[in-house]
Amino acid sequence: MADEVVLLDFWPSMFGMRVRIALAEKGIKYQYKEEDLRHKSELLLKMNPVHKQIPLLIHNGKPVCESLIIVQYIDEVWNHKSPLLPSDPYQRAHARFWADFVDRKVYGVGRKLWATKGEEQEAAKKEFLEIYKTLESELGEKPYFGGETFGFVDLSFVTFYSWFYVYENFGKFSMEAEFPQIVAWVKRCMQKESIANTLPDQKKIYEFVLELKKIFGLE
Amino acid sequence: MAEEVVLFGTWGSPFSRRVELALKLKGVEYKYIEEDLTNKSPLLLKYNPIHKKIPVLVHNGKPIVESQVILEYIDETWQGYPLLPKDPYERAIARFWAKFIDDKCLPVIFKALWGDEKEHEKAVEEASELLMFIEEELKEKRFFGGESIGMVDIIANIIAFWQGIFEEASGVELLTKEKFPKLINWSHEFVSNSVVKECLPPRDKLIAHLRKRFGSHNASK
Repeated sequence: MADEVVLLDFWPSMFGMRVRIALAEKGIKYQYKEEDLRHKSELLLKMNPVHKQIPLLIHNGKPVCESLIIVQYIDEVWNHKSPLLPSDPYQRAHARFWADFVDRKVYGVGRKLWATKGEEQEAAKKEFLEIYKTLESELGEKPYFGGETFGFVDLSFVTFYSWFYVYENFGKFSMEAEFPQIVAWVKRCMQKESIANTLPDQKKIYEFVLELKKIFGLE
Repeated sequence: MAEEVVLFGTWGSPFSRRVELALKLKGVEYKYIEEDLTNKSPLLLKYNPIHKKIPVLVHNGKPIVESQVILEYIDETWQGYPLLPKDPYERAIARFWAKFIDDKCLPVIFKALWGDEKEHEKAVEEASELLMFIEEELKEKRFFGGESIGMVDIIANIIAFWQGIFEEASGVELLTKEKFPKLINWSHEFVSNSVVKECLPPRDKLIAHLRKRFGSHNASK
């Protein structure tokens, strides 16, 4: 029986991008459905009644929610190629810790950077620089967060690359100047087809944020 | 080579008690170190420099932090009692509810119990809605894990035991038998389990400690 895989997503979402990359890495054919988050579809509301959020993977009619949980699910079901998590339990724990760190810290501070002004924005910038410094320190001299190969932590963080121009613009700093190792790492990741083909253009994300600010009166 | 398993925790923390429960269910021998969170040990700061929190599990010198991460590590490292189901879809569901409890429910429950007076009504309503999702997820099962205690039950330890104590200490009523009959039933099953009993702090000591730390909702009126 053929597998039926559907992804409900929203093109600028760095969480959705994680799932798109994972599916591409594994070579999984799927149907992509773009959600309008201001008019959520019946399908989304029915399949994810608790959070009503994307990304949402529907595999043979059964929904899986939360991007990192979806990625682990994909890794466990389609385990024939391109492992996304390491096989050693300690390394897996290490990967889960850092992916969780990205989830808890990176999204929130990035959002504050473009959505706020004045003192609040200054504080967000300071926090942003500290968080990225911590990540750069964790990366160290390794080619990837996962070590020699691209892995779970790389996947959880690389999708924020699309948003770097937004952060630089509103934060008034250069990612390359502040975090040369992270930028080098991103360029390395972008050599992978699955990532280069998935991540939206930075300028498009910037235009999207300008629209968002207008709509929500955040100018 | 002899295995060395050390757990840094505190007696009152549901998060470190989760790890104790997982280790006991697996039959893993471990050494327990009680931390004084007002005066964190150099070892704790060395093993968890990013968050500086308990619980920390140290296995043969290597630290693992964050209770959910530790639970998955324990399940993958030691065979025997399964904490997570084998089926990938059921594992995804378990992970979903574990994350929901910790990331969504707990902050709202805390706000309802000890938050701002002004936001109290709204927080209580929101907490009730979130708890209702968990009540419905239980369905007719004995435990979230099915016939036996699993990872979601362990993560929900805070609802099974600490919740009642939080409510008594703060004077706020949230988890009532009328509104949440399944959760109340499940709580009793959970805390009655012989292994779980070994991983619960003394009730009176905890109430006194919480009253001192957070004050009481009624007392502020």
